Amino acid sequence: MQTVGSKQGVARRDFAPWTDHTLAPLLRIEGLTKRFGAYPAVDNLSLAIYPGEFFALLGPSGCGKTTLLRLIAGFERASAGRILLDGVDLLPVPPHRRPVNMMFQSYALFPHLTVAGNVAFGLKQEGLPKAQIAKRVGEMLALVHLENFGSRKPHELSGGQRQRVALARSLVKRPRILLLDEPMAALDKKLRGETQFELMELQRRLGLTFIIVTHDQSEAMTVADRIAVMDRGHLMQVAPPAEIYEQPNSRWVADFIGSVNLFEGRVGLDGSSVEGTALGRLRVGAKIAAEPGAPVWVAVRPEQLRMGPNPAEPDAQWALENDVAATLADVAYLGDLSIYRLRTAAGVPLQASRANVGPFAPRTIASNDKVWLNFPRAAAIVLTQ
Amino acid sequence: MSDAHKSMAKPRRSFVAKLVVRLPYAWLVAFFLVPFLIVLKISLSQTAIAQPPYTPIFDLAGGWHGIASFFAGLSLDNYAFLGSDPLYFLSYLKSLEIAALSTVMLLVIGYPIAYAMTRAPRRMQAVLVLLVILPFWTSFLIRIYAWMNILQHDGPLNRLLLALDLVREPPVWLSTNTAVYIGIVYSYLPFMVLPLYATLEKLDESLLEAAADLGCPRWKAFWLVTMPLSAPGVIAGALLCFIPAVGEFVIPDLLGGSRTAMIGQTIWTEFFANKDWPTASAVAVVLVCLLVTPIVIFQHQTMRGIERD
Repeated sequence: MQTVGSKQGVARRDFAPWTDHTLAPLLRIEGLTKRFGAYPAVDNLSLAIYPGEFFALLGPSGCGKTTLLRLIAGFERASAGRILLDGVDLLPVPPHRRPVNMMFQSYALFPHLTVAGNVAFGLKQEGLPKAQIAKRVGEMLALVHLENFGSRKPHELSGGQRQRVALARSLVKRPRILLLDEPMAALDKKLRGETQFELMELQRRLGLTFIIVTHDQSEAMTVADRIAVMDRGHLMQVAPPAEIYEQPNSRWVADFIGSVNLFEGRVGLDGSSVEGTALGRLRVGAKIAAEPGAPVWVAVRPEQLRMGPNPAEPDAQWALENDVAATLADVAYLGDLSIYRLRTAAGVPLQASRANVGPFAPRTIASNDKVWLNFPRAAAIVLTQ
Repeated sequence: MSDAHKSMAKPRRSFVAKLVVRLPYAWLVAFFLVPFLIVLKISLSQTAIAQPPYTPIFDLAGGWHGIASFFAGLSLDNYAFLGSDPLYFLSYLKSLEIAALSTVMLLVIGYPIAYAMTRAPRRMQAVLVLLVILPFWTSFLIRIYAWMNILQHDGPLNRLLLALDLVREPPVWLSTNTAVYIGIVYSYLPFMVLPLYATLEKLDESLLEAAADLGCPRWKAFWLVTMPLSAPGVIAGALLCFIPAVGEFVIPDLLGGSRTAMIGQTIWTEFFANKDWPTASAVAVVLVCLLVTPIVIFQHQTMRGIERD
């Protein structure tokens, strides 16, 4: 699998242990099932997570991502399957003996203990000598920039500070895996962005394995080495962020991650075009892995649709582009980019987006203007399911 | 809403708001402060064979001279008398002892009940709360009479004990301290369970998960997390039971013997048997002063709880 870093080669770091079959995963989940009544929250799920990985579980609410995290932490009892940490099954181990720690969405700070008391709580359970506890608590508070807040109570802190106490408390025991349940959900947007980068830096610096649960896809794409997209207890796709976005493996993933234009059609006789879509015949970049005539879907990201007054290649027989005539219905101006809602003559809705780079960019097209949309063959993602 | 509208509606609402805020104060003045001042005044008077049975009597008809002689007639003699007779001191001590011991027993019994209630399924909890307050639907006095019946020599309790072969001779229950403890613990249990339940029910389950996650076994998390966080409930329950238990009259009078002279009975005796209103009042005033301390602690705790929320 040489897809890491994607077509455009934006590998965040040279780190892809999941491509190396000689490496053993740190955490291996096998056939894990958790049923609440008859409803399976996690359904026969298998997954391998490698040491040093920042792994994100992403999905809509109720997809089972939090249940999966709680199964790893030991707060839920599995109905079937195994969770192996370094080859040892965790399921019979009670939560207080598991070498993993969790940062709770609500932070779950002990309100009757000081900041230092909260951070020291886990170390005290290990029965470490007092001096050593004090030293490690001090180091941890310094790491999250809360050196001077040790004697405060949680209710005397801001939301962001509380979040860092929760992080320090869950890191101080040096867990084999740190589980983060929506760790930034309670922060405002700006602080969330800063915290995401701090969290990534912290994870690299400590060399720990993080599993984060989030419903925020930009958060998952920012922090994670790999993302597992979940729906109804199943893993839909497990891949690095760029691959999830650029090479989704299903309509569901393509639609869940970002925005997408989707067209149903059949594989053309030449094997590299899709016929009978709402836009007519669409040319795609590569040979489609399906028999001619098989039903497939073409997904095109809005930013891949370029708008112009003319078709890109009006007469070319072996065109590299797909051209579509449309009318602009609506523009949403978002500052850094604008979202254009368009409609073909046949009434097919389309969405295009464009970065507002030039000073005139937002004003060159107005409502009801007729435009040509074109997108390169390579931008057409063919989905067989 | 327009500005004109707002400015018209505002003063009226704030008048109602002021009234609502002041109503409890008016209530306290009328039904606590005024009666207390009357009792305080009587405690400074002397007994007299008269109607009412004490002097001096505040009478504006006497003019300035009358008021002056009224104040001259007041003295602290009754308080001095309380100090001179060990009966009163022992009676206070007995009351505090019985109330304190009952409160401890109530805590020991009430805490597990409240804790178990919070562990019950959500739908069951409402039913359990109802069951806790169910005894209130029967008159307090009738319930104490029922206990007299249960505890009497050939009552159900002794018959049960004999039937189970736990005792050879039926023990004497009535007119003992044990009966008083039984009565108080039984009657006050809801006042202990409800505040404890209210506190424990609010306890965030994720705190216990966090404790487990950090390596703390369940039983230890109870002592390190649940107990300290339920302290406000423990204090509220303890004071709600301790304060009225100190002044309890009916239970020791009906279930206790002559040896269990609690302060409520002492006041009753002074007031009705001895017709010594001033001494009875002095005993009552000292009792109020004794109880103010725990009430102040309670207030302090409640305020701290509110600030934290």
